Amino acid sequence: MTKTKNFKLFVLISAALAIISTVRLWTDQDALTSSDTIGTALRLTVPILLAGMAGLWAERCGVLNIGIEGMMIFGTWFGAWGAWQFGPWVGLLFAILGGMFGGLVHAVATVRFNIDQVISGVVINLFAYFGVRYLSELVYVGKPGGGISQSPPQKWALPKFNMPILSGGEIAGWKSPDFLGWLESQRWFILGDLGGISRGLTHSISWATVIAVIVVPVSAWVLWRTRFGLRLRSSGESPVAAESLGVKVNRLRYYGLLISGGLAGLAGGTLSIVASSYYRQGQTAGRGFIGLATMIFGNWRPSGILTGAMLFGYAEGIKLVASDSITALFLLIASMSGVFLLYAIISRKRSQMLLTMCAFVLSAIAYRTIDTVPESLTQSLPYVVTLIVLATANQRLRPPAMAGVPFRPGEPH
Amino acid sequence: MRKSLNTLGSSVAAIILALVICGVLLLITGKNPLMAYGKILETGLTSEKLLEMLKRATPLIFSAIAVAIGFKMNLFNIGVEGQYLFAALIAAEMGTHVSLPAPLHVLFILVVAMVSGAAWASIAAILKITRGINEVISTIMLNYIALSFIQWIFETFFRDDSDGGLNVKTTEIAPSGRMPDLVHDRLNGMFIVALLVAFLYWVIVFRSRFGFQLRASGLNPIAARTAGIPANRMILFALLLSGAVAGLVAMPSVIGDVYAYGPSSTPTQFGFAGITVALLGRNHPFGIIVAAMLFGFLDSTSAVLQLSEIPSSIVKVIQAIIVLVVVIVNEASSRRYNRKIAEQAALSPKSLDVSR
Repeated sequence: MTKTKNFKLFVLISAALAIISTVRLWTDQDALTSSDTIGTALRLTVPILLAGMAGLWAERCGVLNIGIEGMMIFGTWFGAWGAWQFGPWVGLLFAILGGMFGGLVHAVATVRFNIDQVISGVVINLFAYFGVRYLSELVYVGKPGGGISQSPPQKWALPKFNMPILSGGEIAGWKSPDFLGWLESQRWFILGDLGGISRGLTHSISWATVIAVIVVPVSAWVLWRTRFGLRLRSSGESPVAAESLGVKVNRLRYYGLLISGGLAGLAGGTLSIVASSYYRQGQTAGRGFIGLATMIFGNWRPSGILTGAMLFGYAEGIKLVASDSITALFLLIASMSGVFLLYAIISRKRSQMLLTMCAFVLSAIAYRTIDTVPESLTQSLPYVVTLIVLATANQRLRPPAMAGVPFRPGEPH
Repeated sequence: MRKSLNTLGSSVAAIILALVICGVLLLITGKNPLMAYGKILETGLTSEKLLEMLKRATPLIFSAIAVAIGFKMNLFNIGVEGQYLFAALIAAEMGTHVSLPAPLHVLFILVVAMVSGAAWASIAAILKITRGINEVISTIMLNYIALSFIQWIFETFFRDDSDGGLNVKTTEIAPSGRMPDLVHDRLNGMFIVALLVAFLYWVIVFRSRFGFQLRASGLNPIAARTAGIPANRMILFALLLSGAVAGLVAMPSVIGDVYAYGPSSTPTQFGFAGITVALLGRNHPFGIIVAAMLFGFLDSTSAVLQLSEIPSSIVKVIQAIIVLVVVIVNEASSRRYNRKIAEQAALSPKSLDVSR
């Protein structure tokens, strides 16, 4: 069973690589899989990934968390403050604590006082936005480089590392060869893309990125393989049944929201400490909401969230690194949907046929007619993608059954 | 009657509690809360500032009613922000292309704004009805999409380049399309429109058959469907109505002040402020007007606070805390109230008959 599944995955990935590689050679847009693009994409993936995981922890324990954006804002501000005062590692710790504060407020409001979870989240977003502005006025105004909407720049940055031998990292002072970089520069079919992608994933990686990526398997293990995780998920699926078995539902929801807030804070911290070196108002730019979208896209599962976050990160990364290769993306989407169309015709799935046909025709027309996409429109790409994904995949998604429903322990049901 | 007194009492208590919490916050950060509150009262209670309060309350009333229409149907329209910005651009542009006598011209612009707001909201409605997408997520996404979409149409089509690209606005609306001021340069006629919309909201949602169906679907969707109220149609109507009112949010600026749409001159963030005002006013038209005035009052004093070395954003922090505390206190007091009613019912002999 797992063998055929693995085989299927292998075929799928190779097919995708072959298509990407063909499109790259056809359009001469090396940026599609260059290590630059992939590296940037990875950096942009991290905050969205962490925000998505924050959403996962909250909803799995039964509480909707619209306030992730606000908790991220706390993370950016406190993270930047800690990093400015004490260095980047302490900064990350402060970011987590700042986010946990937001999570605690959300927990007290929704678990202790049972108020509407969406309302609490929205108010936390507002509170965070103006709260840190108030703090900035107190702390940053008048400091060199600081002001009401930004913090002074930090003096230290987190260390980065390169993988030895593969991407030119150093081993005890010896500079090892950059094998993947060489592979990438050869531009061979598939091999060149593999080189670019793996170099992007192993070259000048910040340690914060490593932590963020580790969060995914650790969350999956804790939520699905430990007693704590089982109980936490049961408070999101059926709190009444869980309570009847002696599970302290409300206490678990507190834990879940604290973890959720901490992850959201870390997401904010990576923005103000890793991706840049200062706090700026509006730095989160709606990534908390995109994180929520990836959580839905990923069907409330860590692996799905990782996939969704990478998709968003890639879309944003390619926009930053090589905005002129966006037209090549149309060709990429056209050929991918073409393959899916063939598959749908072979397996005679009518609804899929229609959908992929639409995607194929639209993206093909877009590739033939559009030379440049206006900057203002590419901004909305991730949001449009989210809506399209939700519109097409919504029927197969299954959220935790009781997420969003207030629960009062000890009341008759 | 007793219930509304209960509500009023708990709201006032909540506001006082919120002010105390903010006072502690101010103390921790080394500011004197009594001085800050004194300053707010002292400057806010002048006739000049009271007019400004009404002016600032106007868009808040529109925005809060738009949100409240959704709430009444158990729909959370976070997309008011995108809806009103989209409507502002379309209405400001369309307003320059017609020549009509004064009252009709103004009416035309208002109708265009309402239709465009409703049109943008209809995307979320259609996504919810046909694909089952939660309106919270879709309206948040549509807000971001609206921002970049508006920027694109503005820059490519609607920007008025007549004075060498320095002007970052649409063409100015002719004097016939402008809403007259009530008090010159201080209060625009849109305030009257806002009160009118609040009254219509009360009539339609609280006193009409349609409003009854709307509230019934919000309170108990299953019972409503059993009673033959079409759920999908109610979703569509509620969001269209909400979007239409949202379309008016920027009108005090577009036809009452700037007479054009501009990315920097058209105010933003009112969509989110509307959510807090609707929560504070408990979705009731009268409550919304009072809450909008309270927020307008606080906003009008922020500039003076800055002068006395108290960061002006504390006003926004106070607002957020007030809303959070009010929502919590309301929840707690209504639960206590319901329990008391249930206990009284259980004690009276009548309830025995009912239970049998």
